[in-house]
Amino acid sequence: MALTTTNDDLGYTPPSTKGLWSWITTIDHKRIGIMYAVSSLVFFIVGGLEALLIRTQLATANGTLVSADAYNQLFTMHGLTMVFAVVMPIAAAFQNYFIPLMIGARDVAFPRLNAFAYWLFLFSVLLLTSSFFLGGSPDGAWVGYAPLSTQIQEYVRMDYYSIGAQLLGFASLAGSINFVATIFTMRAPGMTLMRMPVFVWMSVVSSFLLIFSLPVIGVGLWQIFIDRNLGGLFYEAQAAGDPLLWQHLFWIFGHPEVYVLILPAFGIVSEILPVFSRKPLFGYSFVVFSGIAIGFLGFGVWAHHMFTAGMGPVAEAGFGLATMLIAIPTGVKIFNWIGTMWGGRLTFSTPMLFTVGFIAMFLIGGISGVTHAVVPANTQQHDSYYVVAHFHYVLFGGAVFGYVAGAYYWFPKWTGRMMNETIGKWNFWIMFIGFNLTFAPQHILGLDGMPRRTYRYADGMGWDVWNLMSTIGAFLIALSFLFFIYNLIASYRNGKVAGNDPWDGRTLEWTTTSPPPVYNFEEIPVVHHLDDFWYRKYGVDEEGRSVKLTPEQAGKPDVVIEEHGIHMPSPSFYPIVSAAGIAILGAALVFISSGPIGFGVLAVGAVVTLWGLVGWAAEPATREAH
Amino acid sequence: MQQTTPSLTIPPTSVAVLGNYVNTTAGNDDARRRLLLRIALIATVFFALFLASCSSDLPQSSLNPRSAEAESIDKLWDFILILGTVVFAIVAGALAYAIIRFRKRPGNEAEPKQVHGNTKLEIGWTLIPVVLLVIIAVPTLTTLFDLRSPAEGNFVRVDVIGHQWWWEFQYPDFVDENGRPLTTANEMHIPAGKTAELTMTSVDVIHSFWVPSLAGKRDVVPGRDTVMKITPDADIAGQMVPGQCAEYCGLAHADMRFRVFVDSETDFETWAAGQLEAAPIPASGDAAAGYETFTQFCTTCHQAKVVATDGTVEVIGAALGPDLTHFGGRTSIAAGLEENTAEHLAAWIDDPSSVKPMSPELNDIEAGRIMGMPAYGLDEQQIQELVALLETWK
Repeated sequence: MALTTTNDDLGYTPPSTKGLWSWITTIDHKRIGIMYAVSSLVFFIVGGLEALLIRTQLATANGTLVSADAYNQLFTMHGLTMVFAVVMPIAAAFQNYFIPLMIGARDVAFPRLNAFAYWLFLFSVLLLTSSFFLGGSPDGAWVGYAPLSTQIQEYVRMDYYSIGAQLLGFASLAGSINFVATIFTMRAPGMTLMRMPVFVWMSVVSSFLLIFSLPVIGVGLWQIFIDRNLGGLFYEAQAAGDPLLWQHLFWIFGHPEVYVLILPAFGIVSEILPVFSRKPLFGYSFVVFSGIAIGFLGFGVWAHHMFTAGMGPVAEAGFGLATMLIAIPTGVKIFNWIGTMWGGRLTFSTPMLFTVGFIAMFLIGGISGVTHAVVPANTQQHDSYYVVAHFHYVLFGGAVFGYVAGAYYWFPKWTGRMMNETIGKWNFWIMFIGFNLTFAPQHILGLDGMPRRTYRYADGMGWDVWNLMSTIGAFLIALSFLFFIYNLIASYRNGKVAGNDPWDGRTLEWTTTSPPPVYNFEEIPVVHHLDDFWYRKYGVDEEGRSVKLTPEQAGKPDVVIEEHGIHMPSPSFYPIVSAAGIAILGAALVFISSGPIGFGVLAVGAVVTLWGLVGWAAEPATREAH
Repeated sequence: MQQTTPSLTIPPTSVAVLGNYVNTTAGNDDARRRLLLRIALIATVFFALFLASCSSDLPQSSLNPRSAEAESIDKLWDFILILGTVVFAIVAGALAYAIIRFRKRPGNEAEPKQVHGNTKLEIGWTLIPVVLLVIIAVPTLTTLFDLRSPAEGNFVRVDVIGHQWWWEFQYPDFVDENGRPLTTANEMHIPAGKTAELTMTSVDVIHSFWVPSLAGKRDVVPGRDTVMKITPDADIAGQMVPGQCAEYCGLAHADMRFRVFVDSETDFETWAAGQLEAAPIPASGDAAAGYETFTQFCTTCHQAKVVATDGTVEVIGAALGPDLTHFGGRTSIAAGLEENTAEHLAAWIDDPSSVKPMSPELNDIEAGRIMGMPAYGLDEQQIQELVALLETWK
């Protein structure tokens, strides 16, 4: 849906949006957002196929579909793919597209850094995925516990892990710094922090979580790399190294990471509920501050992933109690969401269905999370299918339902067209039933003693029926995503035209056209309220009910009077060059122990990186068009 | 305007059928009956799930506790399961109620009251979870410190050593005339009604020792000792309780299983005394030929304490793989993977990696790194002789 008009009266000519080159050089946050979304969906298919292979293998006792070796690579890559290549980028997609629109900005603070972050993310995932064909994929689980991850240096598999995750971390770090800078410096006049949409708030929190946690895992991943390739002994117990150190470093990152995945989804449902309840979010400041509280507490609970690792009971008690504390701000959110619906006039369009599904499923995941904090019970649940069930209720029933809700909600803004409601409802119900069929039985499997990360199990353990149910459910989930993908494509082509504000929205993104122009807003809005757009459309009567304003009552919205037209940065080729250079450096490091070729590639990577960075530094932000 | 009064008795599970409920018009008995049927169905499914989470008679289930430790965890689990179910029912009930009660009905165009929040209510629902968590925290901590307290009184010590992908058990209190401790593999015997204290470590990567019916799991970490207690119920003497590695440890992680035999006290003593005996070197027949093969190949990694016909006792082989002195007396082979039969054993010796995936090509015997048993290309005859030997070493 290209915007092709030239707005001469605005003093600005948008760059061409035609052809591959325009995508390669784009620094428009919206197009970058779309690229994140499309990448995420493609990798979701990859990760989903991995899941189906896993589930088919486990459908019956002693499954023989894939070998142990293949299975171990599949579940490792399933985890890495879903976390780093699906959920994080879909969050980044929504954040890229909507943070500037929701705070009344024309772009992000660092548009070229934004493009760089996307390309580095894409190349890192491609590097990681190419391992299937070049040397074998990581097979040490997504947690990469040492010394298993440093043990077999004959294969490059875990080198892909240490380098791939490292580069993905760089990309996320660049993206997060950009979001924080954007939100803190680019808000429209009047958009105080406490008038920001909750989605923007949750994005600030998740960005800070990444900024503080990624360096920790970064150190650990280099240690793994050094142990594997340079004879380091960080994790070698026989040389007085400490295997448990890796677990601490990993989970100081890994636990905040969980909130990185879920907080933006919290934000999305906090946007959707008020719109479809026709009421403001109940207890906005409670929801915001509970999100911040989750961010802080999220850094103090990492060792609850290590209750069986042999820490003393005092440390275990402390981390158990801290983990219970997290239930409080999380509970607050659920109550406030129900409070938002209470007394409203609810309509159940597809975004709302997924949102309500999110609340119900996240509730289950939250409660099973509290059971993990009960340390003795945790020693039975840890590394069993009970945990697999728990985090899928949180990350699929929670995060994925939330992001799908967001897709149905914001698709009209992306494309100018509505998604099909009938298909959307099929999508929801099949996914809801399939999801529960897949993961509810896994609670019982875990309690009945089935460990996770096992490529086969004996018969006679009583696990067969639950596993078969789970496998059938997995295929239902796959079916529901066929509905989703079909709906995306068909609606993009032939969907009902949406108009600017199809849901009677409350936030600024609905004030502009669908899709928005390159510069988002012809005139920068001035904000007077939380949910500013709503108050441009509605007043409140004596009973506190919304009353539609007449055009005369509404008047013309306040805008910033700009003296010299719209200034937008120009497209740039250097972000993709820099990202490619760094990815080539990464690929060289993976194969560095394999001889001179590695060093040759390293040199190529260094040259390309230097070319990108120097070109980037020398390039003016705005180039004169024509 | 049509008003269907929502019934508060609808359980939270009715979320799934709300679509139909709202279309139900008062007086349409058929639709109502169908709705109630569906609710009953979903409630039954949830109830079945709930029951399945309460108790079980499965061999490797944490819900089938057979020791003091597993029982104390199970009690705690039952408590939080009930509490969690109640919390779920209340919150999901409120959600379901909101969905039914506040759903837009045809003809209702009135805007709802714009409520922005209610500080008292919000403080209230911040504090209620605090109270619930305190209620959970107290038994959590007392059980935790109980379980982690050192074993007291008269207990059996077992050293557990994790290997990729099998388990070694040594009993430091049971030593032979040369001070060599009782050493066995993949099948641990402990007495019923008495505490066993397990001191665990690993020679390679991290493993985790998990017998759900007897105890919560505890990781087995190279370079460290971790300790756990198991006090099997007195009345389960004679039972075998299966367990397996719970920390992903590489290729054959799924096949790193073991068996715990809970013996009566006398059976345990008899077993232990027997295990300290040497295995006889056969003088003639297949087994004797098998012994030749054994010393040629197997002792590269396996140890056995053998006694010659003249009474000389010696320990042969390297202690890199499972000790084979009493191999024939074990019920399983390949770390609890298969029953110990001549047929299984022959297939194993012929091509171990076809029974259980391993990476013998990565073995480095001098460095002590063993990642699987290689196939030595023995012929049918040699294999049968080896089987004959090992099956006599009870």
